[in-house]
Amino acid sequence: MLQKKEISNKEMVEDTFTLIESNKHLNAFVTLNKEESLKKAENLDNNPSNLALSGIPIAQKDLFCTKDLRTTCGSNMLSSFIPPYSATVIENLESAGCISIGKTNMDEFAMGSSNETSFFGNVENPWGEGLVPGGSSGGSASAVAAGIVAGATGTDTGGSIRQPASLCGITGLKPTYGRISRWGMIAFASSLDQAGPMARTAEDCALMLNEMCSHDPKDTTSLDENVPDFTQNLNSSIKGMKIGLVKEFDLSKLDNDVVKVFEESKRHYESLGAEFIEISLPNISLSVPTYYVVAPAECSSNLSRFDGVKFGRRCENPKDLEDLYVRSRSEGFGDEVKRRILIGSYVLSAGFYDAYYKKAQQVRRLIKNDFVSAFEKVDVIMSPTTRGTAFKAGSMGSDPIQMYLEDLFTIPANLAGLPAMSVPNGIVDNKPLGMQLIGNFLEESKILQVAHSFQSSTDWHLKTPNGDIS
Amino acid sequence: MTWQTVIGLEIHVQLSTKSKLFSGASTGFGAEPNTHVDLVDMGLPGVLPVPNKDAFFKAIRFGLATNAEINQVSSFDRKNYFYPDLPKGYQITQMAMPIVGKGSIKIFANGQEKIVNITRAHLEEDAGKSVHDLFEGETGIDLNRAGTPLLEIVSEPEIANAKEAVAYFKAIRQIVTFLDICDGVMAEGSMRCDVNVSMKKVDDLELGTRAEIKNINSFKFIERAIAFEIDRQTKILESGGSVVQETRLYDSVKNETRSMRSKEEANDYRYFPDPDLLPVVISDKELEEIRSSLPELPEQKEKRYISEIKLEESEAKIIASSKTMANMFEEACLKTDDSSLVARWLVGEVSALLNKDNIEIDESKLTSNNFAVLIERISDKTISGKIAKSVLEEVWESGDGVDAIIEEKGLVQIQDESLLESIAKKIVEDNPGQVNAYKGGKDRLFGFFVGQVMKETQGKANPQSVNEILKQLLK
Repeated sequence: MLQKKEISNKEMVEDTFTLIESNKHLNAFVTLNKEESLKKAENLDNNPSNLALSGIPIAQKDLFCTKDLRTTCGSNMLSSFIPPYSATVIENLESAGCISIGKTNMDEFAMGSSNETSFFGNVENPWGEGLVPGGSSGGSASAVAAGIVAGATGTDTGGSIRQPASLCGITGLKPTYGRISRWGMIAFASSLDQAGPMARTAEDCALMLNEMCSHDPKDTTSLDENVPDFTQNLNSSIKGMKIGLVKEFDLSKLDNDVVKVFEESKRHYESLGAEFIEISLPNISLSVPTYYVVAPAECSSNLSRFDGVKFGRRCENPKDLEDLYVRSRSEGFGDEVKRRILIGSYVLSAGFYDAYYKKAQQVRRLIKNDFVSAFEKVDVIMSPTTRGTAFKAGSMGSDPIQMYLEDLFTIPANLAGLPAMSVPNGIVDNKPLGMQLIGNFLEESKILQVAHSFQSSTDWHLKTPNGDIS
Repeated sequence: MTWQTVIGLEIHVQLSTKSKLFSGASTGFGAEPNTHVDLVDMGLPGVLPVPNKDAFFKAIRFGLATNAEINQVSSFDRKNYFYPDLPKGYQITQMAMPIVGKGSIKIFANGQEKIVNITRAHLEEDAGKSVHDLFEGETGIDLNRAGTPLLEIVSEPEIANAKEAVAYFKAIRQIVTFLDICDGVMAEGSMRCDVNVSMKKVDDLELGTRAEIKNINSFKFIERAIAFEIDRQTKILESGGSVVQETRLYDSVKNETRSMRSKEEANDYRYFPDPDLLPVVISDKELEEIRSSLPELPEQKEKRYISEIKLEESEAKIIASSKTMANMFEEACLKTDDSSLVARWLVGEVSALLNKDNIEIDESKLTSNNFAVLIERISDKTISGKIAKSVLEEVWESGDGVDAIIEEKGLVQIQDESLLESIAKKIVEDNPGQVNAYKGGKDRLFGFFVGQVMKETQGKANPQSVNEILKQLLK
């Protein structure tokens, strides 16, 4: 519409804020950037640009630092934190013409799979009252699913882009570790965190990814690799492509309907000329325990800077230094964050380091090697993204392990640093469901191609809670 | 019972890089609080460290100068603990793979040479400063120092006494200043050290329980703290007690060490590899470039001064031991021929003035040019040594040119033998009593006559000529 000049940039932004208002019950946004957005849109109307994403409203996960715009990371700790600088991803998108219309709600410090840990309240899935959108990028997923924005940013440490994408019926991609700079992303687990796009289609993800990726000298883990045009291969045929199915992923434990959706997608790919090959990832069953050693360990250290001394929340009238630390952190962090700091501190402590952290890193290497061997035989690996569809808020009860298992299928790609995405592939009980495509290192283009071929010949990605998009 | 002291030192050397170890902020000393601080130094959410390669190059210079192994692949770890002036809640350091491995250094203590082995030297970032006395009831945090690169040099526990410890510290200081990797200014905290002291029976193979004395920043305090600690531990052991493993602080006012925290209270630093930083790789080419750019070190200088310039060993040692002194010596020698006279004056009169003012030679007003001219004027007998001393003092105060001072004050030496002879004759005639006494055997009165001639000539008479003339006259 924007390109056809059927609507001005300003009207587009105004419409977006109207949609935010009418979808307020979703609680998808923590902070809006209305004034600045309108100013930028007007400016674009007066000085039209040829930038790739000129005038496109984008919702930014509230984990990316945005200069002069509150950045909370879903936490009370940062409920009044206004960063003096912007993340590289934000700068990249904005210099491509995007308008950052607001910051989306998320699990506190990205720790959660249901968006129930945010200090700013649960996010609703637009597919049904009381349904979780998944997490941690739940606000972004919900905003895209409700049609408020065409695209949003997310971050993915163990599945935080792909799982909510699956539960909200949208497309989300986590790139190869290092593709997108982490500068300005508030760290959860540094060796696993990776930003990525969330949108309706693989094509839109590719368009966003084109702008989000860059080699950034401010992040030494950012890859010094050529960034291809990710849209280039979208329309190539996948005929003869080999898709791997992981022998160790036991689908028999999933609901029949969920399995049926997956089997249908397989048949569809076969009809497009792809070939399925069973592969083995012998160490994959160790992924979840490995993840829950590595991620909390890194988080326990990354979150030490929130001590009430320099920025973020400080308790009232501290008695002494110890009291300042204890109360600022006790009041500032929610239960899930505290739980993970505790686990992380434990696995790094003297006498336990070798048994936990070191061992986990060794297992991580084995898992990575499993993938390396697997990709000698196949082009991409396919699995369900999640164990099922969106669940009701509060339904996981008090057992955090049940919640941790939500990320069973998504965690391995983070441990190995591989690109992976979730693509809508069915509806069960009027709720969407996604499948996961994992690619080899730096082969985002290939999984996007495989996803696009699916979306070109199915319409699952066009289904919304408000009916199909034509 | 004879107890043997075992000492190990951990010396923190502030590397003189322009910017910090992981950020572009300046490392300059003495700025307004929190002005040399950028996003990374504040540990803001979302920031990431980027290693400063120059700090690695400086660390490698130290490694090569101490014949150490250089780890061309080294990595960073996090040391986790809470402290208000530690912005991230962890310090980035090198635990598992330090840049510099085993090396050694030669020290000179108690009249003997000794080799002290160095276990390792690793890079780490400094913390900020807590300011306790500026705000009533509050503590200020100054992050200017936060992120400044430190090289922590860890010795083997094979230092035997306080004198050796000081000599070791001095040797390290000498080498880092020669290498130009640290300014060595202890008053600004450019070098600080932690001292580990334990005692064992002479025949014991195992080391005793140690106490670690933290953060000492002067030679004098190192010596005193160790002396106190040896005394304290000896008393405990003699009375049948046992030393507790703990961290202690040295109080220079009371001259004692005090317990800071026991082993049980010690932090569990939860070290683990920093996931924000990839291992840093030094190429063969970089290593070779550093090796070929190493300056001549004190030991090499000393040898050269003795063998090529024919200096006395004691003079060569003193001059070679200080970078600024060696620079002055070498520059002055380019401008005048009498190297041994340059050396004698440097070690004698110039050193005396340096000690009096407690400064380094490059902080004085004496330039190598002026110094060379002074030596020339002594050599060519324009002025006597005694006059030269007063000229030097004048230069020391004003920085004026030597020749200008000599001319302005009319200090040119009187060489005219006939003039000197007439003056001497007059003095001999005027003092018959003394002449008789001298001739009667009171040899020491010769000095009286010399003094009188000098007085008459306002010190400008050539002393050698005066001696000869007087000897003739008084025969």
